[in-house]
Amino acid sequence: MAEQRVVVIGGGLAGLAATMRLAESGRTVDLLSLGPVKRSHSVCAQGGINAVNAVTRQLGDSEWKHFDDTVYGGDFLQHQPPVKEMCDWGPKIIDLLDRLGVMFNRTPEGHRDYRRFGGTLFPRTAFAGATTGQQLLYALDEQVRWWETENRVYKHEMAEFLGPVIDEQGICRGVVAQDTCTMVIRAFPADAVVLATGGCGLIFGKSTNSMACTGAANARAYRAGVHYANGEFVQVHPTAIPAADKLRLMSESARGEGGRVWVPRDPKDARSAREIPDGERWYFLEERYPQYGNLVPRDIATREIFSVCREGYSVDPHGYAVYLDLTHIPRADLDRKLAGILEIYEKFQGVDPRDEPMKIFPGVHYTMGGLWCGYEVDPHTGGLKIGAPANQMTNIPGLYAIGEADYQYHGANRLGANSLLSCIFAGLIVSPSINAYLGNLSRKTAADSPSSLFEHEVERHQEAEHRLRNATGHENPYTIHRELGETMTRDVTVVRHNKNIAETLSTLDELTDRYRHVRLSDAADWANQHLAFTRALGDMLELAKAIAKGALLRDECRGAHYKPEFEIPGPDATDQDTLRRQARQWCERFRARNEQWLKTTVAEYHPAGPAIRYEEVDTSLIPPRPRTYGLKGAGVIDDVWKVMEAERSTAEQRYMGSAGAPQ
Amino acid sequence: MPRFVTLTIQRQDRPETRRYWQTFCIPYVEQMNVISCLQAIAADPTTADGEATTPVAWDCNCLEEVCGACSMNINGRVRQACTALVDALLEENPNEIRLEPMSKFPIVRDLIVDRSRMFDALKRVRAWIPVDGYYHIGPGPRISPRQQEEAYPLTRCMTCGCCLEACPQINNASDFIGAAAISQVILFNDHPTGKLIAHERLDAIMEPGGITECGNAQNCVKVCPKDIPLTDSIAKAGRQTSIHAITRWLSR
Ligand SMILES: Cc1cc2nc3c(=O)[nH]c(=O)nc-3n(C[C@H](O)[C@H](O)[C@H](O)COP(=O)(O)OP(=O)(O)OC[C@H]3O[C@@H](n4cnc5c(N)ncnc54)[C@H](O)[C@@H]3O)c2cc1C
Ligand code: SF4
Repeated sequence: MAEQRVVVIGGGLAGLAATMRLAESGRTVDLLSLGPVKRSHSVCAQGGINAVNAVTRQLGDSEWKHFDDTVYGGDFLQHQPPVKEMCDWGPKIIDLLDRLGVMFNRTPEGHRDYRRFGGTLFPRTAFAGATTGQQLLYALDEQVRWWETENRVYKHEMAEFLGPVIDEQGICRGVVAQDTCTMVIRAFPADAVVLATGGCGLIFGKSTNSMACTGAANARAYRAGVHYANGEFVQVHPTAIPAADKLRLMSESARGEGGRVWVPRDPKDARSAREIPDGERWYFLEERYPQYGNLVPRDIATREIFSVCREGYSVDPHGYAVYLDLTHIPRADLDRKLAGILEIYEKFQGVDPRDEPMKIFPGVHYTMGGLWCGYEVDPHTGGLKIGAPANQMTNIPGLYAIGEADYQYHGANRLGANSLLSCIFAGLIVSPSINAYLGNLSRKTAADSPSSLFEHEVERHQEAEHRLRNATGHENPYTIHRELGETMTRDVTVVRHNKNIAETLSTLDELTDRYRHVRLSDAADWANQHLAFTRALGDMLELAKAIAKGALLRDECRGAHYKPEFEIPGPDATDQDTLRRQARQWCERFRARNEQWLKTTVAEYHPAGPAIRYEEVDTSLIPPRPRTYGLKGAGVIDDVWKVMEAERSTAEQRYMGSAGAPQ
Repeated sequence: MPRFVTLTIQRQDRPETRRYWQTFCIPYVEQMNVISCLQAIAADPTTADGEATTPVAWDCNCLEEVCGACSMNINGRVRQACTALVDALLEENPNEIRLEPMSKFPIVRDLIVDRSRMFDALKRVRAWIPVDGYYHIGPGPRISPRQQEEAYPLTRCMTCGCCLEACPQINNASDFIGAAAISQVILFNDHPTGKLIAHERLDAIMEPGGITECGNAQNCVKVCPKDIPLTDSIAKAGRQTSIHAITRWLSR
C-alpha cells in the first residue's frame, strides 16, 4: 500500500497549525497556498488572542467563563461542546505559542502581559505589540519551514485550489489545483484534505480582509457538495477607514480614549470639518445614547453610523463616512496613548488625525459562517472527544475544514481576539482526527484510486477554464464585482430588510447571467491573475446567494443579523408593574423566537440556487438566555428571565419526577 | 487636484521575453495609493494612447504593510505599493509615477518577482525555535520587557525583499543571503530557547554567501519599511561569528 498523504489548502494560522501537527505525527503533508504562506491574511490581526490566565483566574475567571462569554457573545448559535473544548485549550495554546518564540508583551517580571477586549470583564488577551497575528503566523510558519527541511512538508505556494476530488462513494480523494504561474492544472491525490482557506470579505466588495479573501475556495467546496452553514452571519466592524483600495481597521481604542463621532447637522454643509462650529455638529451617538455616548456596543455603533449615512448625512461626497474626531484631545495625550494606531491612519491616509477628524465607516470584517463540519462529544467532559474522526470533518468523508473557513466557533457574532484562538485550536485538533480517520480507511490509498478519477476532474476544470476564456460578451468582471459588493454591502450587512434582500437575490441572479458573458482582457497562459480573479468571481456569486438567502429566511435578530422588522422592543414603561409585565412579555417572545430560530442554517448548493434547511444547535452545557447588552430595559429583562427560568426548571423537575421515574 | 494620474510601468510578459514600457492615464481619486492605481488599470487595461492591453500583473495581499507582498520600485525607490500614496508621489514627481519590478529577483511577470531565495535563506540559517514538540509542557521561557522590546522590531520582518533590492552586494556574481536573514539569526540567537542552536546558525552565516559578503553599504536599513535596525543586527552577527570562530578553532 502506498503512503497515505494529506493535503492542506491554506497556510494561515489554521492551515499552518494543522500542518505542523500532522508532520509531527509522522504524516507527509502537501501544503497548497495561493501565495507564500507567510503572506496569508492572518498577518493582519492586531489586537491579540484570548485565553484564561493566572491573573484572570484570581479575579474569578475560568475556562468556563471564557466559554460562557463566547457563546453569549455569539447569541448561543454555536454548538457548545467544541467551544468549551477550545476555551479549555486556550491557556495551553498560549503556552505553546510562547514556546515557539512569539514575542508577547511582557510584565516587568517577565510574564506575558494581557489586556481587556470587548465582550468580557477579564483581561484575557495576550498580545505582541500591535501585530499579534503577524507574530503568531510567523512562529507557525517557522515550524513548518523546519518540517520542510525534514521532508515532511512539501509546500506548493503558487497553487490555487480549484475543487476537491470526490469518488463515486462520495469520499474525498484529493484536490485539483492550478499552478498560478504556469497555469497548469493538476490533481493532488490525498487520503485526507483540509480546507483552511479563510473568510470571504471580498464578496462585500471592499472589506478589512486581504485580497485573497474571496471565499472562492470555500465556494468551490460548497459547489462540490459541502454544506455551508450560518452564511448570513457576517461581522461588520464599526470603525474602518475607507480608502480607494480597501478598508482598514481603526481600533476601538480611539473612541475609548475620548474620540467623538459626528456629522454636520446640515447634510449639505460643504465646509471642511474644522470650519464647522461645535453647535452645527451632530454628535448622534452621544445624543441618542446619552448613557454610553460614543462607546455604545459595536453592533449599535455600526447600525447608527450606517443609518445616518443612508439618511444622507455622509461626510464623503463619493461614499459613506462619518467623522471620528480626536482633535479636541491634547496632542501629548494622543501621542502617549494612541501613537500606534494614529500612525496607521497617517501612513495610509496622508492626514494627521491629531489635526483633522478621521473619516470612518463600518467595514465587513469577519465571516462567522462557513463550511459545515462535525464533532464528537466526550461524555465525561462535555467537550470534544479529541481524536474522533468526525471533529472538523465536513459532510464529505475525508474533507476537513478549519479556521475562518469553518462555521464552528463564533455563532452569530465573534468576540474580539477569539478568532486567532479558534484558528489555531482547530488546526491543532484536526491532526489526531485525521490520523484516526486514516487509520480506519483500510481499503486503499488515494494513490490506488483509478487514475481516471483524477484525470476526469482535471479535464472538467480545464473545460471550465476553456469556457471562461471563450465566453462571448462584453461584461467586465470588475464591474460585476463592484456591483456584487455594492448590493451585498447595502442590503445584506448591518441593517436587513426582507424586501431589500429579496431584491439582492434577484440582482445576484442577474449578475450571474451577466457573468456568463464576461470578456477576459488577458488570454495569457502564464501568471494570468485576471483569469483567476474572474473565475473566483463566479464562485463568489454562488456563495453570495447562500449568504443572502440565509439572511432572507431568518426572520429574527440574532448577533450580527439584525432585522428591524423582527426586533422585540425592550420594555420602556415608567411604573414598575407595567415594566415587569412588559419584560415578561419580552421574555416570552424571546423564548418563542429561540424555539423557532435557535437553529444552524445549512445551505446546500443547487444550480438553481441554494436549498436551505435548519439543524438543532447543541446547547447542552449553557442554557440560552437573552443577550441584552446595550438593550433598553436590560436589567429588568435579566431579572425576569431568571425568575422565569427558575419557574420552568421547577416545572420540569416536577414533570420529570412524576413521569420520568427510573424504570 | 489633478484630474488624471499618469503611470509608466515596466512590463514583461514572461521570464524569457523582452521588457517594454507602457504608460497609463487613470482618473484621480482622493487618497489613492499605487495599489488602487493598479486596480484601476486591471479593471480597464487601456494605455494612455487608448490601446487595449493586458492588465498589469502585481503581487499584493493585506494592503496594510504587514504581508510584504507588494514591494516594487516606485519612482526609482524600492518600497511597498500599499503605503505609496499618490499625493506624496506626485510631490516627488508631478509628471508621472514610475513602476518597475525589483531587479534583484527573477521576474515572473510584469511587477511580480520570485523571492524564493529569501525563504531558502531562512531555511539555511535555521530561523526557528527548536522545540521538543507541540504537546503541552508548560510556558515558554521568562522574557524581560527589555528583551521583548529589543526582539520585537526584528520579528516584524515580512520578507519583503526591499533590503536585498537596495544592497549592492546582491548581484549575479554573489550568493549573499542578505540582511533580512542575518537579522533573523540575531532574533533567534538572542531567544533563550533559540540560543540552543545558535552555533548552527553561526556556522551557516560563516559559509560562502554569509556575513562576510556584507559590504557595509548600509542601504538596507534605509529602505526597510519596518525600520528594522538591520545594521545593528549585522554588527551583532559579526561579533557573534568572530567569537564563534575563535571557540570553534580553540576546540579543534
Ligand atoms: C484587520 C483584521 C484584524 C483582526 N484582528 C484580530 C484579532 O486581533 N484577534 C483575532 O482573534 N482575530 C482577528 N482577526 C481575524 C483573524 O485574523 C482571522 O480570522 C484569521 O487570521 C483567519 O485565519 P485562517 O487561517 O482561517 O485564514 P487566512 O489567514 O485567511 O489564510 C487563508 C489561507 O488560505 C489560502 N487560500 C485561500 N484560497 C485559496 C485557494 N483557492 N487555493 C489555495 N490557497 C488558498 C491563502 O493563501 C491563505 O494561506 C482580524 C481580522 C482582520 C481583517
Ligand atoms: S528586513 Fe525589512 S526590508 Fe528586509 S525583508 Fe525584512 S522587512 Fe523587508
